[in-house]
Amino acid sequence: MPSSAYDPACLPDLLPLYYRRLFPFAQYYRWLNYGGVQKNYFQNREFSFTLKDDIYVRYQSFSSQSELEKEMQKMNPYKIDIGAVYSHRPNQHNTVKSGSFQALEKELVFDIDMTDYDDVRSCCSAADICSKCWTLMTIAIRILDRALRRDFGFHHLLWVYSGRRGVHCWVCDEAARKLSAAARSAVAEYLSLIKGGEETVKKVMLTDPIHPFIRESLEVVKHYFPQYALQDQNILGRKESEEKVLALVPEDVKKELQEIFQEERNPERRWRHIEVQAKKKQTAKKRQYFEKEIMLQYCYPRLDVNVSKGVNHLLKSPFSVHPKTGRISVPIDLTDVDKFDPFAVPTISLICEELDRPKADEDEAKSEDTKGKENEQDSTEKRKIRDYKRTSLAKYVKYFDQFLAGMADSWKGKLLKQSDLQKEF
Amino acid sequence: MQFPSKKPKAVTDLKAELYSQPLQFYGQPPLENISLSEFESFAVDRLKLLKTVENLGVSYVKLSDDYKKKLDNEIKTQNFPHGAGEQTEKRRKDHISHFILRLAYCQTEDLRRWFIQQEVDLFKYRFKELECGEKLKFLHKNNLQYNTISAEEKDNLREKLATSSYTASGVKVEEQDFYKVPFQDALDLVRTRKVYLEEGYVYIPHNEIVTIVLNDFRTRLSKALALTARSLPAVHSDERLQPLLTHLSHSYLGQDYSVQKNVGKISLEQIDSLAGKSFPLCMRQLHQTLRDQHHLRHGGRMQYGLFLKGIGLSLEQALQFWRMEFIRGKVDADKFDKAYAYSIRHMFGKEGKRADYTPYSCMKVILSNPPSQGDYHGCPFRHSDPELLKQKLQSYKVSPSGVSQILELVKGMHYQLACQKYFELTHNVEDTAFSLSHPNQYFTESQKVLGGGKDVKRETDTLQRPQENSAARGLTREPAGDESQHLAEITKNLETDFQDA
Repeated sequence: MPSSAYDPACLPDLLPLYYRRLFPFAQYYRWLNYGGVQKNYFQNREFSFTLKDDIYVRYQSFSSQSELEKEMQKMNPYKIDIGAVYSHRPNQHNTVKSGSFQALEKELVFDIDMTDYDDVRSCCSAADICSKCWTLMTIAIRILDRALRRDFGFHHLLWVYSGRRGVHCWVCDEAARKLSAAARSAVAEYLSLIKGGEETVKKVMLTDPIHPFIRESLEVVKHYFPQYALQDQNILGRKESEEKVLALVPEDVKKELQEIFQEERNPERRWRHIEVQAKKKQTAKKRQYFEKEIMLQYCYPRLDVNVSKGVNHLLKSPFSVHPKTGRISVPIDLTDVDKFDPFAVPTISLICEELDRPKADEDEAKSEDTKGKENEQDSTEKRKIRDYKRTSLAKYVKYFDQFLAGMADSWKGKLLKQSDLQKEF
Repeated sequence: MQFPSKKPKAVTDLKAELYSQPLQFYGQPPLENISLSEFESFAVDRLKLLKTVENLGVSYVKLSDDYKKKLDNEIKTQNFPHGAGEQTEKRRKDHISHFILRLAYCQTEDLRRWFIQQEVDLFKYRFKELECGEKLKFLHKNNLQYNTISAEEKDNLREKLATSSYTASGVKVEEQDFYKVPFQDALDLVRTRKVYLEEGYVYIPHNEIVTIVLNDFRTRLSKALALTARSLPAVHSDERLQPLLTHLSHSYLGQDYSVQKNVGKISLEQIDSLAGKSFPLCMRQLHQTLRDQHHLRHGGRMQYGLFLKGIGLSLEQALQFWRMEFIRGKVDADKFDKAYAYSIRHMFGKEGKRADYTPYSCMKVILSNPPSQGDYHGCPFRHSDPELLKQKLQSYKVSPSGVSQILELVKGMHYQLACQKYFELTHNVEDTAFSLSHPNQYFTESQKVLGGGKDVKRETDTLQRPQENSAARGLTREPAGDESQHLAEITKNLETDFQDA
């Protein structure tokens, strides 16, 4: 779907429209309230806004959904970040005795940024992305989602497109929200395989035995490697990228391969040669895993441990707008993760335009509403629901609804338990 | 801690039970009477032991042979439970001293963190020294009821268990018990991926269980300290205990430089060059700031002024020094004489209650009165932003590798060790022969190294002996009848190294 040309200069006009008629406040509140199981969970949550002219305000908090709406419609933030749930209302933190104001809980979050892969992608660099390197995000999502579910036992994961060059993961399980900083950092380190910065050439070192987590991750990488690395990135097709790859193998192997590569030009066959060499080098005593190490160095997710570590770390909110690209930070439907196209994500200018231009599905939306007369919401609410439904934002909000429904069962259970306990007294 | 008058029989049995174990979790506080002198001596000995644990932990690889040998030695020296043989008395001391130090170290984040770290390291050493059977007994007695997995489950997971940890692959999976533990209780193993993780549980082979035990110990101690902090006001209201506890948490168990035998040996002209050569970083910084800005705020004046007194400046010299510098700034001579001179005389005990204030130890500089905007006092390793610290060290020509060693120590919160490293690098020595705990000590040792040597050395020897005598006097005097007299002794000793703010 083509997106209307987005011009950052239009933001001051588009944002009010977005916050008045499109931002899914009901679902947003439903999420952050977590079923009302814990008292004041929403009220003690920190938000931070970046306003016009780069004015940044922290420690925003709201006592209800309607207060949140009113304030956001008043301030029209360019960016919204979500922080932790504190011991007191963040907007009153100055009145609290120093030392008592503490960050208590927050979702476990991960931030995958494409710039962290600049040393291994040749198609783009810095803030640019394209369909060729987006595969890296797909791989990251698959590996991390699997590990967070199967290894750590988490169930409620929300993956969100950051709006420009990466993805975020919000782990919303109760157990995740209660994790200490030490535990978060341990989880992040468990998931980290790439070590070293600018100065390091070889960033992945595998030792015996290979942990089951690494094995599983390798399976995912292997699935994408031929198309992504050998074809799209062409890591073995050009002289300079070929040298980068060979820098990752032991000296003696490198010499042999360089000779072979004089004759053999085809990337797939070159890779076969590397695999063969690796097998040859396996002795009973010392295992060589350089072909696996290469695959991992080029494809394995690179996450910023610092983002995940801190309980009070602020992260861009889902459904926030990216000021530079105009794209909405939408949730990613994992059932179709291979097909996710960041360039098809609606921009704020597109969806504002769609508000006026009736979409094909509007008839459907209209009939749904006439049926729902038992709905006690007032007419403005109804209009709001209708509004986002007639834009490209609809399917993303629907997916978010499904995500929330999945969590709602656990809230119901908790609330029942609480009321049972009360009856006993 | 309670001091009930009667000892019920049940308690005696409990004690016997507890002290029959080589190691404990310190779950129950001691319930008996002890004398104040035992209170103090137990605590001081344990503090010495924990300080050794800290020093060894940075100088050697933990649990290496050298580490174990030296720690073993210190345990013997301080009379703590060790090895085979009759241990009841020592275990009692171990039990009581731990709880006393809890009182002293629960008050701030920094103190708690330090205490927990050393106790965990000590516990780790002692747990590993236990025999296998004793380890199991310990686990069961302390309700670490982690469940082992069934043979069937083990079979299903066999390959995964074998490939996820070294120990598992070494010893056959069939032959070992595996425990299923929630991952939050085994963070170290998760972080390093040394264990199999599934659905939020880690599967730990029996001989890895020590990591779990340590985590548990750490968590329990952390919670206990938080609780202790809440009951502290009640404890502090006992005037016998309050001075002792404050002393313990601020003490560094060494010389306090309160009596200067080398007064007048330093001339004012030497100070600039001494600042570059022999001052620790905190004092060098204060001196530099004073020269640059012709002013220092109160915190800086106290910290630096007392230090200068400690290195041997007389009152007259000090007055001249500060006056000269302040006049260069915005202060005129009159104002100086009226306002600042008074406080300098105060420092030398010539005003007010005439207490001869002692130069601040490292502990005091690090823990009390953190600097705010416009202040230059404090400990640069503790209070400076690491980037700025790095720049400063680089400007003082410290080598890049030296700078990173120092920053590493700072990251681990070993501020005094970082300063020691700074000493080593600026004096070109391999190993400091001393354990740094006082800025004046830094100065004295530096002068020694730079050949200033013999006079200073003799002085420090004579200074040590009177200190030790008075300490011994206080401890051996039993409160047979006259408790108030004994109390006076103790507080008198405390005052000599008790530092006023």
